Amino acid sequence: MSACDACLRRSWLIARLAGHIELAWSARRGSASLLTLPDADLIAALGGLQRDALGDEYDRFAPTAVRRCCGAREVTALCRCDPRYPRAVTDLSDPPAVLYIRGELARFERALALERVAIVGARRATEYGLQQAQGLGRGLAAAGLTVVSGMALGVDAAAHAGALETDGLTVAVLACGPDVVYPASKRRLHARIVASGAVVAELPPGTPPRRWCFPARNRIIAALAQATVVVEAGERSGSLITAGQAADLGREVAAVPGLVTAPLAAGTNALIADGAQLVRGAHDVLELLFGAAALQLLPPGPEDRAAGLEPDLRALLDRIGSGCDTVAALADPSGAVDAVLAGLAQLELRGLVRRGPGGRYTVTA
Amino acid sequence: MAGVLARVVTFAIDGIDPRPVWVEVDIRPGLPTFRIVGLADAAVREARERVHAAILNSGFEFPARRITANLAPAHLRKVGPGFDAAIAVALLAASGQCSADALDRWAVFGELSLSGTLRPCRGVLAAAEGARRAGVAGLVVPRERAPEAALVEEVTVAAVDDLRGVAALLDGGDAPPPPPPAPLPTGAALPLDAPDLADVRGHELPLRALEIAAAGGHNLLLEGPPGSGKTMLARRLPGLLPPLTRDEAIEVTRIHSVAGIGHRFGLATERPFRAPHHTVSPAGLVGGGRPPAPGEASLAHHGVLFLDELSEFSRPSLEALRQPIEDGDIVVVRGQQALRFPTRFMLVAATNPCPCGYAGSDRPCRCGEHELARHRRRLSGPLLDRIDLLVTVARPDAGALGRPPVTSSAAVRERVLAARDRQHARLADTRVHTNAQLDARLLRAHVRVSSAVRRALTQAYDHGGLSARGHDRVLRVARTIADLAERDQVELDDVLQALALRTRGVAEGGDAVAA
Repeated sequence: MSACDACLRRSWLIARLAGHIELAWSARRGSASLLTLPDADLIAALGGLQRDALGDEYDRFAPTAVRRCCGAREVTALCRCDPRYPRAVTDLSDPPAVLYIRGELARFERALALERVAIVGARRATEYGLQQAQGLGRGLAAAGLTVVSGMALGVDAAAHAGALETDGLTVAVLACGPDVVYPASKRRLHARIVASGAVVAELPPGTPPRRWCFPARNRIIAALAQATVVVEAGERSGSLITAGQAADLGREVAAVPGLVTAPLAAGTNALIADGAQLVRGAHDVLELLFGAAALQLLPPGPEDRAAGLEPDLRALLDRIGSGCDTVAALADPSGAVDAVLAGLAQLELRGLVRRGPGGRYTVTA
Repeated sequence: MAGVLARVVTFAIDGIDPRPVWVEVDIRPGLPTFRIVGLADAAVREARERVHAAILNSGFEFPARRITANLAPAHLRKVGPGFDAAIAVALLAASGQCSADALDRWAVFGELSLSGTLRPCRGVLAAAEGARRAGVAGLVVPRERAPEAALVEEVTVAAVDDLRGVAALLDGGDAPPPPPPAPLPTGAALPLDAPDLADVRGHELPLRALEIAAAGGHNLLLEGPPGSGKTMLARRLPGLLPPLTRDEAIEVTRIHSVAGIGHRFGLATERPFRAPHHTVSPAGLVGGGRPPAPGEASLAHHGVLFLDELSEFSRPSLEALRQPIEDGDIVVVRGQQALRFPTRFMLVAATNPCPCGYAGSDRPCRCGEHELARHRRRLSGPLLDRIDLLVTVARPDAGALGRPPVTSSAAVRERVLAARDRQHARLADTRVHTNAQLDARLLRAHVRVSSAVRRALTQAYDHGGLSARGHDRVLRVARTIADLAERDQVELDDVLQALALRTRGVAEGGDAVAA
């Protein structure tokens, strides 16, 4: 095990005080700077009446128990003092004392050795957002980059899933312990990332997530990646916090544009207006990181896949892409739907469109 | 001292099956009493009071003796008021107030009112069937229900108004003229007030799906937000199906008669449409209860069973429905009885795309992850395996309301009939009649496809998340689409359309992202 006692104790203390931090966070009492306080000040600031009892507990802390727990749950603890601790994270003013990692350590190191791109966005994403996130994850992983995200519902999960499709490396940063599956419905995704990527967390194994943990997790995502791409974010989305943190750390910030009228594009379009790189696909991210020469790394995009299409299918695809996304909208004025149905099935079979909820078709990314 | 005995035949309705019951009345001297024995339920025991009053109010005399009415066979449970008339007639015959000579030629079935009139009661058609099977020449029934009984042509039906009428008939008076035979259901002309596709604006895709469903007998799932017209569309399906044959109509009428649903002219002329509420119990849905009664699935026999808000139905109810869909009937076992109810219906289910109903529509969906997961789980059950077609029903845009109707029920029905004829001809030497009933073996025998089709299906199987079951469903629907186009060979276009209309389970991309 490669974490020193002091760091393990620091990490234990944060988890022990999670409830107190939650209260301070809800009351907005200087929560942003809490994690920068040294241990004693943290206890003094948050302990309240239990200050002395907490102090005693702190003095009696037994690192062996934590180490045993990590061993039992196949979790590796990396502390700030360890040379393998990701250097990018130390750019933070309050880097986690310990990063708990599930998944092979060597693979995690390999993932860190590559260029890393964070893909974050709305949980309640639209089909378009999911397609873009999945396409970006797939494209960037296929180009040999590491995809970093938070394994949340919606965009995050889609980005991970896209990366896994091409057997690329992907790192999930969780707001809870590395062995806790949150959200619970992403159990399978969690297992797949552990098996072929890495799951990272600031909190020790077994810790459930609290609300303050999510922005705290976002800072790690922002720090880990050289560039953060936001796919779909409302006006006051947590993803914008991640983007802001990334910008503060001097990382690249990029965003996928959306319709001006779409609420879930308000945040991303605003980012672009503020100077974030506009992302139309993986190639834009690669160009941002490596310059135009990198574009050969990419697998063919939908544009190329559509190249050999029959003219009428091509026209159908274009109409779907421009927003005529239901059979009713695509049907000819006489009301005949046979040809449209057959064409949609052709496009679906070739992986160019997907049928989503409400019978709406989206062009895949 | 020997008593005086009279015996009258009537019928107990067991589920929907008639069972002959002999009502014997014995009158002997003694303390005046009137007892009914023979496994009778409360309604039958109450017959005592009705019979007593009816006899007196009809101007007959109620013998002040020791009277015992026995309903034989004693092991059969007798339910309902249909025995009243038979008991009263047996009593009149036993007391010499009417002739007993004709009692072997006439069976009597009906409920009595206190004034002595014969009231219409449930199950008259079943009783007439029973008379035919028991070899009784005639059946006395309440006048209102006589056309129903007259559907059984081998039995002479006497329509009477009251107890006096029955007595007059047995005393040798002329039998009242048999009622006019019920008109055959005429398929060509739908009733003017029946829901018609000509009332529908927009909805091009669901209309196409309804036509395919009707042509091949495929079960159908309509998915769409509240108020998009799912129920309105489903109601129009019976009018697209071929008209009831006389035998089918009689079967339907028999079930409905037992359940107390009357029909104009005595005979069901339209295919039934049943839409039980989602709070229905398993017994209410497939039949059962005490006494066992036909459920909604049987009331929809030869018609359409519509389950709105499919995900809200209880799991036991939906599980119970699986076997009747597979077998076309259900056997309800209660105590020593096993009753068979026919359940050959087309299933149309409707569901919201998500619990709040607005996923994929213009309004944002407000459902949480848990609710969505629960909704999908509910829908992924075994029932979905029996549904060949999934179609999304979107609220038509305002422009569609001004356009002329896409089609009419009569036009669609014509095509459906032609497609059904093709299926009948092709499946003449099998036990099934429609494409929806084709199993894997029959599919291989009757659906020949080109290599291009094979390729498309393999592609869908390998990459499009098509399951083995889904594969068969797609072929069945493709066969129907080809039948509608009057083609013997299933072509690529047919299969592609079927693929676009296929249902998918959770594993087949119900979730947006593989996770």
